[in-house]
Amino acid sequence: MAEKATPQAQAAYDRIHATDEFKRLKKTYMGFVVPMTIAFMAWYLLYVLCSNYAPGLMNTKVFGNVNIALLWGLLQFVTTFGIAYWYSQFSAKRMDPIADALNAEYDKEANA
Amino acid sequence: MSAMSSISFVQASSSDDHQALTASLFLLVVLLTVGITFWASRNTKTAADYYAGGRSFSGVQNGFAIGGDYMSAASFLGISGAIALSGYDGFLYSIGFLVAWLVALLLVAELLRNSGRFTMADQLAYRMRQTPVRTAAATSTIIVSIFYLLAQMVGAGALVSLLLGVDSQAAKNITIAAVGVLMIFYVVIGGMKGTTWVQIVKAVLLMGGTILISVLVLAKFGFNISELLGQAADNSGAGSAFLEPGLKYGASATSKIDFISLGIALVLGTAGLPHILVRFYTVPTARQARQSVLWAIGIIGTFYLLTLILGFGAAALVTGDAKQRIVDSGGNLASPLLAEAVGGGPGSTGGAILLALISAVAFATILAVVAGLTLTSASSVAHDLYASVWKKGQASGTDEIKVARISAFVIGGVAIALAIPGQSLNVAFLVALAFAVAASANLPALLFNLFWKRFNTRGVLWSIYGGLISSVGLVIFSPIVSGKGVDANGKNLSLLPESIDISWFPLENPGIVSIPLGFLLGYLGTITSKERSSEDRFAELEVRSLTGAGAEK
Repeated sequence: MAEKATPQAQAAYDRIHATDEFKRLKKTYMGFVVPMTIAFMAWYLLYVLCSNYAPGLMNTKVFGNVNIALLWGLLQFVTTFGIAYWYSQFSAKRMDPIADALNAEYDKEANA
Repeated sequence: MSAMSSISFVQASSSDDHQALTASLFLLVVLLTVGITFWASRNTKTAADYYAGGRSFSGVQNGFAIGGDYMSAASFLGISGAIALSGYDGFLYSIGFLVAWLVALLLVAELLRNSGRFTMADQLAYRMRQTPVRTAAATSTIIVSIFYLLAQMVGAGALVSLLLGVDSQAAKNITIAAVGVLMIFYVVIGGMKGTTWVQIVKAVLLMGGTILISVLVLAKFGFNISELLGQAADNSGAGSAFLEPGLKYGASATSKIDFISLGIALVLGTAGLPHILVRFYTVPTARQARQSVLWAIGIIGTFYLLTLILGFGAAALVTGDAKQRIVDSGGNLASPLLAEAVGGGPGSTGGAILLALISAVAFATILAVVAGLTLTSASSVAHDLYASVWKKGQASGTDEIKVARISAFVIGGVAIALAIPGQSLNVAFLVALAFAVAASANLPALLFNLFWKRFNTRGVLWSIYGGLISSVGLVIFSPIVSGKGVDANGKNLSLLPESIDISWFPLENPGIVSIPLGFLLGYLGTITSKERSSEDRFAELEVRSLTGAGAEK
């Protein structure tokens, strides 16, 4: 195991784990990342599957030589940038304040 | 008559000139990186300095370093080459390699920074039995890194000899040995600080070079993308099929499944690559780890968008002999020869300068990536195998660093020794295989450890060894190793001689089987084991990984 925590540290971890704030932090985090991961994986896999099995759709030209396949590929970039930005805003606003407060409590208790 | 001979004389001397220019730029890259390494080594004293650069890098710096670590020669030369040759189908690599970063951002980077220390095994062994888990994690780390390393080094040999115009086998061997010696030097002297700065400089050079060539390409088409695509399709000989899915992977039902299998491995592999994971330890906090991934996504995303322009640009603008050279190089020369074309074409001064510049950037790219891989494996040998498994945690930091430096020598030596005979084989598949192993062996173990309380030692071992053995094993029995036959020119397409055929697995990419298997085995191993002690420290791991309480400073 990683270096064993001191008894004070262990007590601090256990106490924090049981607090409502920690439960809220965990719920907020999981509530964002689980649906988001499912969504972007599904969006990506759908794109891969359509590239394979839906040539009629993908080869449709939208303007000039630009077809749906290319636009959808570029859209994957847009959604990746968008989700990354969304997560950075969400975590800074909804998660970081709780994490900071709990972290400060830990430092006080573990080093007491 | 005299006019003709003077023309050929001009061409010959300009070819010598450009090789001299290329060689001097290569030398400049070497001197620059060696200088950086010496400069960075002054402040490398403790184990945290050596393994994690003193955790002193900012999110922006680490974002560039991640980009420098991740955008390998396989990306820079390989993807633009794949697009230049196969059109749209080459684009999948760009998309998979980028979307993969969301897995790292949302599920791995911050939690790993908070709960780990120096290596991937630190995180996996947090609540498990140390010796078996660290042995498994180190095995997987070393195998993934060596696969990746070999692909880069063999590529370096071929690339440098092509660019410098030396074709002898001895010159290629010397190039590989020189790259190996340089990477050993960066890692032994510079540790993580030196390696990180080499990667940052490389990322800046690579982005600068890529942006420059892309702008020049787009300017040729009045910044009209549609015209660029049209000319690429016309010039490719494939017509509009060049811009549509299926040119490379659409041939049969099997190749379509191969495409899906590759797509899954690309998107899940990144967050399990050990040399990427250790980068998250080089920043002071989880928040900086998040910042670094955000920067990395911006840099890497921009880069992959530009590879699209480079790839289609090469298809559109490179013609004649140069086009044949791209085909002969398997696509690897697409970017350098495109640079020559937009600079004014073969024989022009502008062309020679841009060709030399992009070649030097490609060389810097290879050096930075191999350094990161060597450091990661050497760290795992020293920190996991030597200090934990062998010395049971009783080794001093000084001894660990000493062992890490010796390991860098050994791993570098092994890589050189394997890469030299490996040149006669087509080793490009090793990059895709490294992603498949990372996704099948490492990612299941990391995610289960972070999110599943019941997960235990046997679960880790089954997922790592199961994912590792199944992905490598399936490739051994795939058309990559034997049974693919010969191409139109009678060239053997598999690694083994034509007379041997042990293949029964139809896909070249094992991910679609081995990734679910890695997760399944992690689950089965866990529930068949009676060990419950791993649950005792799950509360601690959860608090620490989500809040940063007690994280390594």
